[in-house]
Amino acid sequence: MRKLSKTTVNNLITYGIVIFAYILVQILLATGSLSSLLEGLLVPLCTYVILAVSLNLTVGVLGELSLGHAGFMCVGAFSSAFFSVSMQEAIASDGLRFFLALLVGAVCAGLFGILIGIPVLRLRGDYLAIVTLAFGEIIKNIINAMYVGRDSSGFHFSMKDTTSLGMAEDGQVILKGPQGITGTPGDSNFTIGVILVLITVFIVLNLVHSRAGRAIMAIRDNRIAAESVGINITKYKMMAFAISAALAGVAGVLYAHNLSSLTATSRNFGYNQSIMILVFVVLGGMGNIRGSIISAVVLTLLPEMIRGVGDYRMLIYSVVLIAMMIFNWSPKIKNWREAHPLLKRRKRGEEA
Amino acid sequence: MKKAVSMFLALALMAASLTACGSNENGGNNQQSAGTEGEAGETFFIGGIGPETGENSIYGLAVRNGAQIAVDEINEAGGINGYQIAYDFQDDEGDAEKAINAYNTLKDWGMQMLMGAVTTTPSVAVADKTAEDGMLQITPSGSSLDCVKNDNVFQVCFTDPNQGIESAKYVGEAGLAQKVAVIYNSQDSYSSGIAEAFIAEAENQPFEVVVSEAFTNDTKTDFTVQLQKARDAGADMVFLPIYYQEASLILQQADSMGYDPLFCGGDGMDGILGVDNFDTSLAEGMILLTPFIADAEDELTQNFVTEYQERYDEVPNQFAADAYDAIYIFKAAIEQANVTPDMSVEEIGTALKAAMTEITVDGLTGEGMTWEAGGTVNKTPRAVKIVDGAYQEM
Repeated sequence: MRKLSKTTVNNLITYGIVIFAYILVQILLATGSLSSLLEGLLVPLCTYVILAVSLNLTVGVLGELSLGHAGFMCVGAFSSAFFSVSMQEAIASDGLRFFLALLVGAVCAGLFGILIGIPVLRLRGDYLAIVTLAFGEIIKNIINAMYVGRDSSGFHFSMKDTTSLGMAEDGQVILKGPQGITGTPGDSNFTIGVILVLITVFIVLNLVHSRAGRAIMAIRDNRIAAESVGINITKYKMMAFAISAALAGVAGVLYAHNLSSLTATSRNFGYNQSIMILVFVVLGGMGNIRGSIISAVVLTLLPEMIRGVGDYRMLIYSVVLIAMMIFNWSPKIKNWREAHPLLKRRKRGEEA
Repeated sequence: MKKAVSMFLALALMAASLTACGSNENGGNNQQSAGTEGEAGETFFIGGIGPETGENSIYGLAVRNGAQIAVDEINEAGGINGYQIAYDFQDDEGDAEKAINAYNTLKDWGMQMLMGAVTTTPSVAVADKTAEDGMLQITPSGSSLDCVKNDNVFQVCFTDPNQGIESAKYVGEAGLAQKVAVIYNSQDSYSSGIAEAFIAEAENQPFEVVVSEAFTNDTKTDFTVQLQKARDAGADMVFLPIYYQEASLILQQADSMGYDPLFCGGDGMDGILGVDNFDTSLAEGMILLTPFIADAEDELTQNFVTEYQERYDEVPNQFAADAYDAIYIFKAAIEQANVTPDMSVEEIGTALKAAMTEITVDGLTGEGMTWEAGGTVNKTPRAVKIVDGAYQEM
């Protein structure tokens, strides 16, 4: 048997962690020892893991800053929820409909990624951060202004209010502006979530270790050198960014089909959410996929686990967050950790 | 590897803080954060969900406090059919996903009935879960129709469309205006829900909606454009189905423009006289259609307001009153259905669901409240006018 390379072993550990977590949860579920809170958190955890891993592709691997990841999630969530609600009668099979909804969400989010990428990824500097930041806010406002309904004569669209849709009696308003989409079928479950996490991790890891991935990382490390050896900068940047956006769309689909009401508020798809995802990535380590998974899980669980403290919950959450950031990334603490006998570890190789 | 180690350390830190919190919760039970302990089978467990943090926290905190007063009152008076109530309120940050987490936390705690959620979107999301579990849910202030689409959910407040229709009827019947301008928040489902129904109903009324202008959460500081349009269209009344914070700005800006129409608002307007640095003379003559007025003369309201002020040092708004009523509605339904705490959640839910349509409750937000099987409340809206810096019933 051929000896496995170091990266393969590393990748297998990452998959192993996800699969182990899945089996562990299934055992706990079967024995009924999982609290309702954790049971309800399973799908959101998968959502945030996918978001963190996909953003890591843009931030860690491509080396561009994206501040609008929640915007892509929003596109995926709304396009797929719209699809599911309007096709609820046409497609009877839940599984097929959800699969198609996943494709719709991923493709729509990916398309928006490409649209944004076309002008911006040709530039150098922080332009992607600026444009994605604006995109995240714009998409939220556009969705809040859209009214879409359906009756026997087809779809009706308005930017004003539901009365101006001019629908027939049998009409059903699907997207109601700020009231969003309600009645999305709850097709998400933990098994699907974990499968999607595995697919996401598989796509990202394989991309990173492929020829294209090496080209992408070459651009990150030295754009001029990469250009001089004939790498098509815009193409590879676009590839990474579009995939990252499409995967965020998938997370959005999972999110939308887990809740029966979907509204675009600043709480779930706003600037803060984008920053939150970025925090997952930074805490877990840029370019480190396994780190993203773990930090997304820990940071999503943390505020729920400290509900017992009541009024001080958000305060403690932020203090712990700051403490973890400092512990992980402050140079002084890093030095101290390296010198400390208990925490001393051999110089690590390239983890990913 | 290093990172894994640090993660484990972070987890350990978390675990340590968790145990610390756990003991804290059992030991010190302050007035503010509910969590009264009770024995299963001997106590009714009522949970509450609402935003305690974030931009909507003012409503969530009001609900939490209002319900706490009702719970304490009932427990002091000997409970419901001799059973005490345990009450816990969890934060949802005004977000649907977090509301589910809060709901599951409460379920782990042993909740048998749910009062919540405070805002609309979380209510709709939670309603799906309560329907699954067969639990009775009463939302004090989740006002959209989607909140009550499941038959186990009941509302204390009016639905948005209802409020819009009632407001339009009131304006039409009282002959308050010929030309009406509507200014609403298009990003807020409460506001846009009322505005839409108001505009639709206006077609059947003897007045005309000449301008309907929206603003968003990002543009809620400058209203001169909307007001200018209303003035240009010759509107003699401006209908404001919005919350009082923005309304106070609108009134100030209209005053500085020299535009003086009749202003009219919905239940979100309650509290406008309490805005800091607001010249209450600007609100003179304003008409509010609100179910609750803190200045009302009746004994029930007076007692509640005094108690609330003593405990929390502020005047309660309609959210607090809705929550207070919600707890008494639970009490009335429990007494009607004669359920006991040792029954399962589903048994209690089914029995209470049937009882909800049979009971009549006199509360802070309306006398003789009854419920449709669909979950909406029947009560008469009250119109009040601001005269000499105080609310006066019309």
